[in-house]
Amino acid sequence: MPQKTIRQALNEALAQEMRRDPTIIVIGEDVSGGAGTEGQRDAYGGVLGVTKGLIGEFGEARVIDTPITESAIMGAAAGAAVTGLRPVAELMFSDFFGVCFDQIFNQAAKFRYMFGGKAKTPLVIRTMVGAGRSAAAQHSQSPYHVFTSVPGLKCVVPSNAYDAKGLLIQAIRDDDPVIFCEHKLMYDLRTEVPDEPYTIPFGEANIVRDGDDVTVVALARMVHYTNTAADELEKDGIEIDLIDPRTTSPLDEDTILESVERTGRLVIVDEATPRCSIATDIAALVADKAFDALKAPIRRVTAPHTPVPFAPDLEKLYIPSPEKIAAAIREVHGYGK
Amino acid sequence: MTITAITMPKWGLTMIEGKVLGWLKQEGEAVAASDELLEIETSKITNVMEAGETGILRRVVAAEGATLPIGGLLAVVAPSETPDAEIDAFVAGFVMAEAADPGGDEPNPTAPRETEVGGKRLRYLHLGQSDGPAIVFIHGFGADLNTWMFNQPVLAEKRQTVALDLSGHGGSTKVLDYALDPAGFGTDVDHVLTTLGIDRVHLVGHSMGGAIAIAFAAAQPARVASLTLIAPAGLGREINGAFIDSFVKMERRREAQEVLRLLVHAPELVSRAMVEDVLRYKRLDGVVEALQALADGWFPAGAQRYLLMDRLAALATPAQIIWGREDRILPAAHGEALAGKLPVHILDNAGHLPHMEKSAEVNRLIAHFVQG
Repeated sequence: MPQKTIRQALNEALAQEMRRDPTIIVIGEDVSGGAGTEGQRDAYGGVLGVTKGLIGEFGEARVIDTPITESAIMGAAAGAAVTGLRPVAELMFSDFFGVCFDQIFNQAAKFRYMFGGKAKTPLVIRTMVGAGRSAAAQHSQSPYHVFTSVPGLKCVVPSNAYDAKGLLIQAIRDDDPVIFCEHKLMYDLRTEVPDEPYTIPFGEANIVRDGDDVTVVALARMVHYTNTAADELEKDGIEIDLIDPRTTSPLDEDTILESVERTGRLVIVDEATPRCSIATDIAALVADKAFDALKAPIRRVTAPHTPVPFAPDLEKLYIPSPEKIAAAIREVHGYGK
Repeated sequence: MTITAITMPKWGLTMIEGKVLGWLKQEGEAVAASDELLEIETSKITNVMEAGETGILRRVVAAEGATLPIGGLLAVVAPSETPDAEIDAFVAGFVMAEAADPGGDEPNPTAPRETEVGGKRLRYLHLGQSDGPAIVFIHGFGADLNTWMFNQPVLAEKRQTVALDLSGHGGSTKVLDYALDPAGFGTDVDHVLTTLGIDRVHLVGHSMGGAIAIAFAAAQPARVASLTLIAPAGLGREINGAFIDSFVKMERRREAQEVLRLLVHAPELVSRAMVEDVLRYKRLDGVVEALQALADGWFPAGAQRYLLMDRLAALATPAQIIWGREDRILPAAHGEALAGKLPVHILDNAGHLPHMEKSAEVNRLIAHFVQG
């Protein structure tokens, strides 16, 4: 089976779905792949090349470049969704959600409810998350927990190319608004991806590796850091159950709870800030529903409660490292023994 | 005096290494060909490896828990009179055979290939060489050519073999555009054989693939040298309709695990990776529709529509039947009813996948039968 990068997998998902369904449109800044002027179209394919080739195949009526105004992009996309199109809107950096949050939080997320179930809002918002490029405090955050906290939104955080393609197609076919978070350092990660279209159901975690000693839940880039840590730990005989929830809303609670009931020990790894986060949410879930199974305190490995630093050395310290993850797992594994 | 190396086998397309779960024979014990030697776990499946030679298990090189690449030295079998020093020298001097993958742009001869017919894609795996009829493997409902991972590589050591993915399955196009009956699927077999220029065949069919094999032999008797039918469909009305229904509908890992465990006698055979493979197949566009159409066509209202007992009885082609006694999908009684008319082998401690659960025994039965 062919190996593809996350960038290629997302591009293929968009192109295959746009061929299948003429109501799908792409809208955002530079999605046509240039500055929007003659001669520069498709030069790059969006800031990170994900939409390359779409303007050539589907034309400007379906691949719409917008001015630099997130509120207009999300307002237009939410309106288009509720009136019959299936827009895939791009919010280039998730850090910018503040300027368009009414359109997402108070409009798109509420339409179905406010119209008594008579309206549907098949809207996908693709957006970049993640630190590690020295992009500084306003372009490096991972605010998926904000979207997860809003009833009416679904939230996807893929960690590999197979999941990225299947989850994006699922998101496009879903009749509710979906926030699709792409980690900006992972676009070149490669794995086997079928050429055919396929879907992955939301709320179905992926079990990345099996082990009976400690349950570890990790998202996006942290899945790979945890895998690195787990390779080291395995040499000392510590085997972890590594769970990648893939979607934070809906969340596959059963897979996490079943694993903790077996291991009795839980570590959550999250690149986002620690307060009111996915890590706290999963810790609360397990404390609430699997308390009797716990043999050790729940440990969270997260960024500190600060803005993301620009200085490369500080940024490196900010992001959970495989070493920090391994240390937390060792601590939880050894607790009470 | 011959010293024989027991090495890590290659089971399935994706296997690169295996882990020794445990030895079923101890150092110093006598082993005979087909004795169970050790249990090996791959990322997909756990299976028992059998001895190929007769002798004494003189040295266990890979201890329990060890992980070895394919071709890595597991143990040494030799006659009792071989001096220890010679065994030591053999182990010290053992060199792993080069991997078959030539790399670069050369097509890998052990990888599946595809053929296009009328805009449709059919995937097949062609292994081994021989002048006589080729062994052709036909999988069952919802499966693919990987179901033969323990059989095809072994039988390909002495013969030309082909396993294919039927339309709607595996790597073949997920469109079913011909009659959804046993004879209809013969078209796929025909296309692959034409592509490879193969005329005469020994057919090995599992479950639904067994019924397809019977129909193929009835339609083109001159081309079929023998039939091995493994838990075949078409020999009685009964079928586990709930299994078929659940297999078509299942979407999630937990339900899939429950459903797939019905296939085997020992539930631990169904690994997480095996469940994931089935789900990945089922998520592809068109698969659920194809399986539903097949289920409606072949197994309406939880019973088999196509009964082929008369067609099988009318065949001059030699045929044998292999069934797992604990089969929970198609009852072994369908096979037992034919005992006396043709060779019927009912295997203990096996469910609906005897070719995986009792692979060595099934391989022996096939190898013996195709020799005539």
